[in-house]
Amino acid sequence: MSTTYLEAIRQGLWEEMERDPNVFLIGEDIGVYGGAFKVTDGFYEHFGEKRVVDTPISEAAIVGAAIGASYMGLRPVAEMQFADFITCAFDQIVNFAAKSRYRWGAAVPIVVRAPSGGGIHGGPFHSQNPEMWFVRTPGLKVVAPATAYDAKGLIKSAIRDNDPVLFFEHKGLYRRIKEDLPAGEYTVPIGKAKVVRKGGHLSIVTYGAMVWTALEAADQLAGEGISAEVVDLRTLLPLDRETVCASVKKTSKVLILHEDTRTGGMAGELAASISESVFEYLDAPIVRVTAPDTPVPYSPPLEDAFLPNTAKVVEKARWLYRY
Amino acid sequence: MSATQAVPTGRREEAALAHKCLYYMSLMREMEDRIERKLYRQGKIVGGVYVGRGQEAISTGAALQADPGDVLFPTHRDMAAYLIRGVPAGRILAQYMGRADGVTHGRDANMHMGDLQLNVVAIISALAATVPVAAGAALALKYLGRKNVAMCWFGEGSTSVGHWHEGMNFASVQKLPVVWICNNNQYAYSTPMSLQMACANVADRGPAYNTPAEIIDGNDVLAVHQATGRALEYVRAGKGPYLLECKTFRMTGHSAHDAAHYVPPELFEEWGKLDPIARLEARMTAEGWAERNEIDAIQAAVRKEVDEAVAFAEASPYPDPATLTDGVYGDQ
Repeated sequence: MSTTYLEAIRQGLWEEMERDPNVFLIGEDIGVYGGAFKVTDGFYEHFGEKRVVDTPISEAAIVGAAIGASYMGLRPVAEMQFADFITCAFDQIVNFAAKSRYRWGAAVPIVVRAPSGGGIHGGPFHSQNPEMWFVRTPGLKVVAPATAYDAKGLIKSAIRDNDPVLFFEHKGLYRRIKEDLPAGEYTVPIGKAKVVRKGGHLSIVTYGAMVWTALEAADQLAGEGISAEVVDLRTLLPLDRETVCASVKKTSKVLILHEDTRTGGMAGELAASISESVFEYLDAPIVRVTAPDTPVPYSPPLEDAFLPNTAKVVEKARWLYRY
Repeated sequence: MSATQAVPTGRREEAALAHKCLYYMSLMREMEDRIERKLYRQGKIVGGVYVGRGQEAISTGAALQADPGDVLFPTHRDMAAYLIRGVPAGRILAQYMGRADGVTHGRDANMHMGDLQLNVVAIISALAATVPVAAGAALALKYLGRKNVAMCWFGEGSTSVGHWHEGMNFASVQKLPVVWICNNNQYAYSTPMSLQMACANVADRGPAYNTPAEIIDGNDVLAVHQATGRALEYVRAGKGPYLLECKTFRMTGHSAHDAAHYVPPELFEEWGKLDPIARLEARMTAEGWAERNEIDAIQAAVRKEVDEAVAFAEASPYPDPATLTDGVYGDQ
């Protein structure tokens, strides 16, 4: 039976809650209502109010409470209703949770789930990709799955991890992606990228919803005789530079793609890493395809212009191929 | 709301408690005197120094009421809570001096330290962030069916921060077992109460969260101890959080580099007369709980203990720079 990306996250949460009585959920409208996107629909009825905690509109209290509960041995999974609201909990995440182990040896095994990304006409406050605010915070782990398989496997790994994990789930994928998942138990390791399509002429390195854009672009490019390899980062921190650099060594050309805005985006960090490690293998400049440095606009023609898409990737990939 | 008077209970028990309170308050005072007036001025402490001179009664009186399983969230002006929990004085001084034997092994400074084995949680500099975290610990204690509570200190300045309100509200909505303790020392850095809040007391904020709030003479250690007992009884009964506002005064600047010229000198004079250690000593002799020579012996023992702690800290090596990147993650 085909499973959506949303259902995969839900299954992962459900299985971990069945496995470990110390795993609990905390967030806004997640209990009786089942969550703004219905990821936790039915959890309250099954697990009860003790393990599915509906909170006031208080993101700092949600994450702070998760931190405090984790000190006492629990495994909280906090939900930000939209990733955009994670800023309200910024201090708790980057100053309390991220530095705790390094400062005084106190582990913070929490997960903060954050539905991110655009393409749903959500406007400036329901569409952002705030992952890079956290990727530059040592002590955090940042995960951004693209597939239902990875979403389930990574949410389970995130819950079992002994450090704070931010789980950016792309809301545009929730009901768009369907896959057949294994019947049995599995996890996906944090910190490992994956080559999701093999190719020889150039590499497209990306993550989140843009993996699907990259794969569509690779299909089109194949029709033109251009063979693109697609690397899905899956985890943004710690960053699997080895897998990226291995792909670049093989193809000698790289296009880095993300839905996040350009300046200070993941592409910049990866470009620097590639230059440091495999500069002599490069046959062309490193190319970036990203959103421009603007807020995410609401109106469909504006948002379409903002978001990277298959046509933009294909155009840049052709240029790179010919270089 | 009015200041609550200390009510004497069993005489012998009270005498024993007074001895204990005097010891911890004096140990904290002596530690902080060495830190601020010796080690810092000698250049042996290079970072910030924030002491709780004049406020020793609050962390002492409250922490002595807690069970070892209760989880403490002290601030940088609550050193007695650490000493009562058994954090060694030498390791606290090594912490200030950035040495390998400091509680955080040189990773963090001054009172930024904790030990989960001892149920003491480390602050971050933006102190109000601790309030939701303490609420979360209380939630976990309830979740796990433990009878223990969280005990969280903060200054009056913290009550202006959003995290404070979020934590107070959440804890009350969930009826969490947490005792909130405000060290109202009347200045947050240079900002006086009048610029910090439009209400007269931090306790006035309690009713907004349906949290019972009491105003205590924060320079009377036995009053703080008794009030904490009342708070704990309420909280342990599952009725939800309880707020104690301990009125006190910061008898120093914000930190060792701050001469506090913005504080009217008469305030220091007035509050100096209410010094919690001198007051307790006077009460102990007046009540017949101790002879003057017993009090002197306590003070001499404290000085000796701190001498040894200083020697320990000074002998401790600096951390090895090769350990710089260790321990950012658990699976490193």
